[in-house]
Amino acid sequence: MIKLLKRLKPFTVPIIIVTTLVFLQAIAELYLPNIMSDIVDVGIVNADTDYILRRGLLMLAIAGAAGIFTIIASYLGAKVAVGYGRNLRKNVFSRVESYSLHEFNKIGTASLITRTTNDINQMQNVVVIMLRLMIYAPLMFIGGVIMSVDKDPKLATILIFVLPVILAVILWLVKKGMPLFKSLQKKLDKVNLVFRERLTGIRVIRAFNKIDRERKRFDEASLDLTETGIKVNRIMAFLMPALMLIINLATIAVVWFGGHRIDSGAMQVGDLMAFIQYIMRIMFSLMMLSMMFIMIPRASASAERINEVLDMYPEINDPENPVETDGRKGYIEFRNVCYKYPGAEECAIKNISFSAKPGETTAIIGGTGSGKTTLVSMIPRFYDAEVGEILIDGVSIKDMTQEHLRKKIGYVPQKAVLFTGSVAENIRYGNPEATMEEVESAAVAAQAMEFIEEREGKFESIISQGGTNISGGQKQRLSIARALVRKPEIYIFDDSFSALDFKTDAKLREALKSVTSESTVIIVAQRVSTIMNSDRIIVLDNGSISGIGTHRELLAGNDIYREIVASQLSEEELS
Amino acid sequence: MKKMNENNKMNIEEKKEPMKGFGGPQRPAAGMRMGPGMRGPAEKAKDFKGTLRRLITYLKPFKTSLIIVLLMSVLGTASAIAGPKILGKATTELFRGLMMKMQGVPGAAIDFNKIAIIMAWLIGLYIISSIFSYVNMYIMAAVAQRSVYNMRKELNDKLQRLPLKFFDDKAHGDVLSRVTNDMDNISSTMQQSLTQLITSIVTMLGIIIMMLTISPWMTLITLVTLPASAFATKAIATRSQKQFKMQQKTLGQLNGHVEEMYTGHKIVKAYGKEKDSIEEFNQINEELYEAGWKAQFISGIIMPVMGFINNISYVIVTVAGSIFVTKGTISIGDVQAFIQYSRQFTQPIAQTANIANVIQSTIASAERVFEILDEEEEIQETENPVRLEKPRGDVTVEHVSFGYSEDNILMKDMNLVAKQGSTVAIVGPTGAGKTTLVNLLMRFYEVNSGRITIDGVDIKDMRRGDLRNIFGMVLQDTWLFNGTIKDNIGYGLENATDEQIIAAARAAHADHFIRTLPEGYDTVLNEEASNISQGQKQLLTIARAILADPAVLILDEATSSVDTRTEVYIQHAMLEMMKVRTSFVIAHRLSTIRDADTILVMNEGDIIETGNHHELMAKNGFYAELYNSQFMGRKI
Repeated sequence: MIKLLKRLKPFTVPIIIVTTLVFLQAIAELYLPNIMSDIVDVGIVNADTDYILRRGLLMLAIAGAAGIFTIIASYLGAKVAVGYGRNLRKNVFSRVESYSLHEFNKIGTASLITRTTNDINQMQNVVVIMLRLMIYAPLMFIGGVIMSVDKDPKLATILIFVLPVILAVILWLVKKGMPLFKSLQKKLDKVNLVFRERLTGIRVIRAFNKIDRERKRFDEASLDLTETGIKVNRIMAFLMPALMLIINLATIAVVWFGGHRIDSGAMQVGDLMAFIQYIMRIMFSLMMLSMMFIMIPRASASAERINEVLDMYPEINDPENPVETDGRKGYIEFRNVCYKYPGAEECAIKNISFSAKPGETTAIIGGTGSGKTTLVSMIPRFYDAEVGEILIDGVSIKDMTQEHLRKKIGYVPQKAVLFTGSVAENIRYGNPEATMEEVESAAVAAQAMEFIEEREGKFESIISQGGTNISGGQKQRLSIARALVRKPEIYIFDDSFSALDFKTDAKLREALKSVTSESTVIIVAQRVSTIMNSDRIIVLDNGSISGIGTHRELLAGNDIYREIVASQLSEEELS
Repeated sequence: MKKMNENNKMNIEEKKEPMKGFGGPQRPAAGMRMGPGMRGPAEKAKDFKGTLRRLITYLKPFKTSLIIVLLMSVLGTASAIAGPKILGKATTELFRGLMMKMQGVPGAAIDFNKIAIIMAWLIGLYIISSIFSYVNMYIMAAVAQRSVYNMRKELNDKLQRLPLKFFDDKAHGDVLSRVTNDMDNISSTMQQSLTQLITSIVTMLGIIIMMLTISPWMTLITLVTLPASAFATKAIATRSQKQFKMQQKTLGQLNGHVEEMYTGHKIVKAYGKEKDSIEEFNQINEELYEAGWKAQFISGIIMPVMGFINNISYVIVTVAGSIFVTKGTISIGDVQAFIQYSRQFTQPIAQTANIANVIQSTIASAERVFEILDEEEEIQETENPVRLEKPRGDVTVEHVSFGYSEDNILMKDMNLVAKQGSTVAIVGPTGAGKTTLVNLLMRFYEVNSGRITIDGVDIKDMRRGDLRNIFGMVLQDTWLFNGTIKDNIGYGLENATDEQIIAAARAAHADHFIRTLPEGYDTVLNEEASNISQGQKQLLTIARAILADPAVLILDEATSSVDTRTEVYIQHAMLEMMKVRTSFVIAHRLSTIRDADTILVMNEGDIIETGNHHELMAKNGFYAELYNSQFMGRKI
């Protein structure tokens, strides 16, 4: 957390001003009782109404000044705190955008979202509180002590007895409360988790008739949360009354001992009254500080999560002296490539070597978990090869900028992702300069025209966040159109036709043929029918290439391929 | 639109809502409220009174506790309020003795005995007040948490009784937020604000009474500042609400952008759009900054302004009090007491203003929770349920018509007979209504007319739980929970032994991959189950259904993410199962259903062709066209 707070550095000047202003405010507030004691000791004792009024006006002036200081301080404080949040948010977001898939998946989408939004808000709130109270309270405390010692050093010795008691109470609470607060948060997360699963799995839960089990599971989590909640609140219930009691008893002690000092002529009544007010302020400032201890566990959990993001740097970076490719377009070469997911024991893909030329279609087929997606993810450099290298147009992809590399590629993922905005905007995502004709022809080729025409507003119809207002198959077609409009050197279709029915699939492939004739196509598929006309089929098995060849060649010489084919086509179709 | 609707019904694809911490971003920790400045705008409840009354019913079981709390807070606050006045007496005593001494009255001394008695009183009073307020909060902790627990439980129970339609129509994030954020809001209000409200009111009343007993004139002077502070609070509050609304709006935009960009991270990268994305983010972030600091500043002003008003009254009290003292109308101790009172007075005012806000937002929260509690429930279970002891699994569908909404009838007069051991395949283009049939069979939705029977018994005459026990279902949408793989497979059968689980996994061809995981069967699936692939998830759900050993098997695109080779293995394993069971298979890979006894070809909600593979191919209709299109690739 301290590490994160170091990011307040650019705000040093306003923070110094805020501190000064708050300090002045504290002094002003401490000075008021002083004047009051003058009024009592001089004004009342001498029955000097004029003096009382004059001093009163002075008090008003000081109070006014204190108010203005605070307002300025709060103006600057708001700017600092919110500015801090803005900067932090900017840094975190830019960092996340620079992550390769490896870093990204390490933390996970949902968690990254929380970190960029809620956690940063949490930190911002801490800074707000800090600038409001955390500066004020210690200054008030120190000022109060100084003033009380100045008024009557002997009476101030009471503080030596009282302060340790207060500190002990607060420390005890912090020690007891902090872990409870942490566990409270965890238990709340658990309730949320169980409930979320209840919502997403409602069909399965009902189908398996597990309603009672889920009810019990939720109830347990909920009860656990309740019990901890009660515990926490009971401990917190102790704080206020205990502190109030200590403060009140201290006041009584001050009056008692002060009375004796007045009796001996060492002190005046007005001083005593002022003294009581100092003591009050000292204690209240301590109370404010103790409140902050409650905020810290929550905020420090947030800070930890934010730091994790900021401490993680992308592994994949652009080379210092990037190389541009020569005129060649669409040449892919894998040289003995291996990749292992971090923490995994075995390589996800190993010893992959092949090359592809423009105008060729290379298909990749293989079982679940055989490494198909990993293989194609290597081409846009989502991951870096552990061993071996990948050349595009004769240049190692590590030697060119990621931007240069990815410009060459039109990538269509397994799970189609669209963004909020119109259909046209989503297609143009692939190529912002595309004309309306180009967008339309891409939509036609992707077999998306039919449903786009049916939509109200056609190309201008809006796709909602997460694409919830269109079907999975439609999403896939739009994401294909997005790649087509890019007119890239290399197309990568990662099982992109799975949500389409056969008819659409066939039509789409037919249309793609002419559009992609100049490009290199890499296609991952499950259906043999999709790929059997490819120039090259790579059969993956457990991450290794078990065979490369055309449909016929593989059918003759590769057992795994034959099995895959047999599982899909009937005997007569095989011939 | 029609097609899409149907499709969405089954694809419950949840957008992961970022875990809201407790109370969302605007709320500090549960133990404290940050004063008036920190809260967002209070939402208005639609029916404030009704909701409040209903909320209070949750407190009813704790009536005795609440009465005790009320009594104690009145007593506790009262004794705390009496404090300054009694302390003032001590000061007066001091001052009097002193003045007499100064005036040279013979034998004059400060009467420490008298002061000691006053002090003893005070100490007792303070201790009592502290004990009271501690016991108060102690009791309230249980009351608040338990009543919220009851509410959460009721909400949870309610969800069991809601029809599936509710879950399909409502955004999960919204429902989730009601259970967590809204509930949490209610809980902190009960914990904090309820007692605060009581003590604030008692304090205000008490202080006014005390002040009046000391000096009506001084009281009047002190209260002069009251309208000023009320006015100031109101003026600032309205302004800050506007800013907070603005801030909330931009914050929503920002969160939306972040969510979208992170979910689409791969695409953003693949298309090299990082810069665009950051640029847009920065723009919204800048707007958020503008709205944010203004909201923060304006709300932050409340404190200093109140402080200033407070100080004015302090000065007035001091000056006026001092003048009164010189005139001899009141004593010096009373002035001191007054100063303390007037300091204490502003706090409850600010607090009540704040609490009013809090209560408003709490009522709005409660209303949202009650909305769910008031949702229409599933049709009641039948009075005399029939229970099939050994179901055979003969399914008939008789003249069924159905639509997800009244004006959009999807299925008209559907008929179907499936005998034990037969396999019924349902094919058709996306949106043809394939999964609708499953929804009706499992009674997730109720038919509009006609009936569905199992072994001759209308499914409406069975309890839903018993009905669903007859079925085993594997969906395209794999749902697994945060737990071990063993537990997830074991979900299909209560008290399943390890051997049974492993056998089921083996039959589903999941055993091999499970054993390659670091912890084998004890591997814990993480929250998003992202530590295994989609295909592997499907294998687990198949194992789960195999373990359940149902009379009727429903496979809805069960192997769509599994490669075809593995699929064949699974089919072989399932063939044994399917021989003695009625099976419904939905697939768009037509190769998987060639051997089905009956193939229903659906289009736009209707069954347009029926028959086995050969009959349908011979017909050369919709099915044949669909089937042949699979192999078009070869012809080109």
